[in-house]
Order: sequence, then structure tokens, then C-alpha cells
Amino acid sequence: MESILELIKSPWPWYIGGALIGLMVPLLLFFANKQFGISSTLSNICAACIPIKGKYQFDWKKGKWNMTIALGIVAGSYIAANFLRTDGFHIDISEDTIADLQLIGVHSSKELFAPTEIFSWESLFSFKGIIFIVLGGFLVGFGTRYAGGCTSGHAIMGLSLFNLGSLVAVIGFFVGGLIVTHLLLPYLIN
Amino acid sequence: MKYLKYFLIGIFFGIVLVKSEVIYWFRIQEMFRFDSFHMYGVMATAIAVGASTVLLIRKFNLKSIDGSKINLTPKPFNKKGNILGGLIFGFGWALTGACPGPLYALIGSGFTVITISLISAVLGAFFYEMIKSRLPH
Repeated sequence: MESILELIKSPWPWYIGGALIGLMVPLLLFFANKQFGISSTLSNICAACIPIKGKYQFDWKKGKWNMTIALGIVAGSYIAANFLRTDGFHIDISEDTIADLQLIGVHSSKELFAPTEIFSWESLFSFKGIIFIVLGGFLVGFGTRYAGGCTSGHAIMGLSLFNLGSLVAVIGFFVGGLIVTHLLLPYLIN
Repeated sequence: MKYLKYFLIGIFFGIVLVKSEVIYWFRIQEMFRFDSFHMYGVMATAIAVGASTVLLIRKFNLKSIDGSKINLTPKPFNKKGNILGGLIFGFGWALTGACPGPLYALIGSGFTVITISLISAVLGAFFYEMIKSRLPH
């Protein structure tokens, strides 16, 4: 038992993490007959919180199952971050990425989820904070609903179904990310 | 009780999102800079497990545990919507370093400023619902 916990606490190789993420597909299909997807929770939360009248109205109660999964994610990640990692854990990030990021002014360490000079309450109302935290979130929400899915619904579930539309969306995700990373990031951080 | 299974599946997914390191902004940067195989390996393995499941369900006509026929209808393909929405999502993904699942997982991990990104994402989804009839799909 002790050694199983130690194994869970140690860093996972990519194929373990990937296989367990992929397990969401059979878990949901067999136990609930639902297709894996997370981004629809964003529309459900907005419909539950903001009363939308007329033709835009839709039934968020049909998305309760999905919002329950989102709550579970918050609980599960709390458990993992607090109890299922070794002390002083840091990700084994590529030295090239660290060097490239330092060139454009990102110096904080790989022990954190994200660079704190951009992502922190102190930086929230700075130019960087508004672009990365606020605008970035807005584009994620707008884009996934416009594309009809996110990394879960299109990249994993959609590609598992060999759905052409999902492949097109995933190529879009990737091209969008490449444009921001390589063309815009240096100007946005400095 | 009906929702307990979803909560448990969510807990499992939350743990896996943290442990597979896909919620790290630096991992997303590494991916978009082609500096590491990690994210590609994670995605490829996840799709391999998902696609094998779908193939087995189709081949053996497997049913879900309540005996119902498993719904494998893919999402509709809106050419312009998938391309334009996909690009916009990609812009946001590179900035926040998080897609919707990781937004929840970062908050649970104690990275509380991401709550603002999540609220912003909900507003983005709201904005889409308001203007979707005027967008090309």
C-alpha cells in the first residue's frame, strides 16, 4: 500500500498520464452513455447565472452532469496538488523553452504552475495581467463555444471518433497557439 | 445519487490533469515551441485509448451498463465555425496555458487567480451565445 502511494506521488511518464486521460472516454461512454467534453460547462454556467431570454435561452439543467464533473475536477486537483506530489516537486521542462522564455522576460521557475510575473493577483490589473489572465480566458471561452468543443471534446473525443470536423478544429487550436507563441508573445510580455 | 458517479469521475480527472502535468503553462509553451515530446505523447496516448474504445464498441456492438445503445454520433461539422473558433481558442490557449478542464484544475490546485480566467471564459461563452446568429458557421 505504501509503495502504491509512493508510485502515485512520483512524477508520471507521459504514457501513464495520457492513458488515464484517455480513460475518460470509456468511463463516460460505459457508465453514463455520455461523450467526453468539458467546454460546454462554460455555456451552462453562464446560462445558470445570467438569465438569457428569448431565442438564446437554453436548458442548462441538461448540463448538470457536466457541471458535476467540473466540481469533481476542482476537488480532485486539490487532492493531487496537496497530497499526491513529492516535496519540492518541479516539472522536467525543456532547457530550450526556459532559455527562450528568459529571452523574452519570463524568469519565474518551473516549480510553479505558471510564471507569477504574469499570473498573480498583483499583476491582474497590469497590461500583462489583463492580456494573459482576462483576455486569454475570454478567448478560450468564446473560441471553444464557436468551435463546438475544446481539447477534451474535439482533440480527444472527436479524434477518437475519427471526426473530420474535430480534426479541423484541432488544427485551428494548434495554428492559433503557434501564432500567439511565436509572433505575439515577445511583444506582450515585454 | 445520480450525480455521484459524475463527481467521482471528475475527481479522477482532476487528479490525472495535475499528475499528467498538462495544466502547467510551461508545458503548453514547450509544446508550441516543439521543445518536448511530453504533451504530444500525452495527447497521442489519450486518443489511442479513446479510439480503441470506440472501435471496440462499434465492432462488438457494446452497450453501456444500463443496456442502452452507446451514442457515437460525432459533433456537427461547421467549417467556418470550427476553423475560426479553433483559431480563437488557440490564441487563448497559448496565453492562459489552459483549456477548460485545466482552468478548473488550476483553481483546485490553489492557483486562485485563474478564477478570473474562468469567469472571463464564462463571459466569452456568454458573448458567443449572444452573437452566434451573426457569425459565419
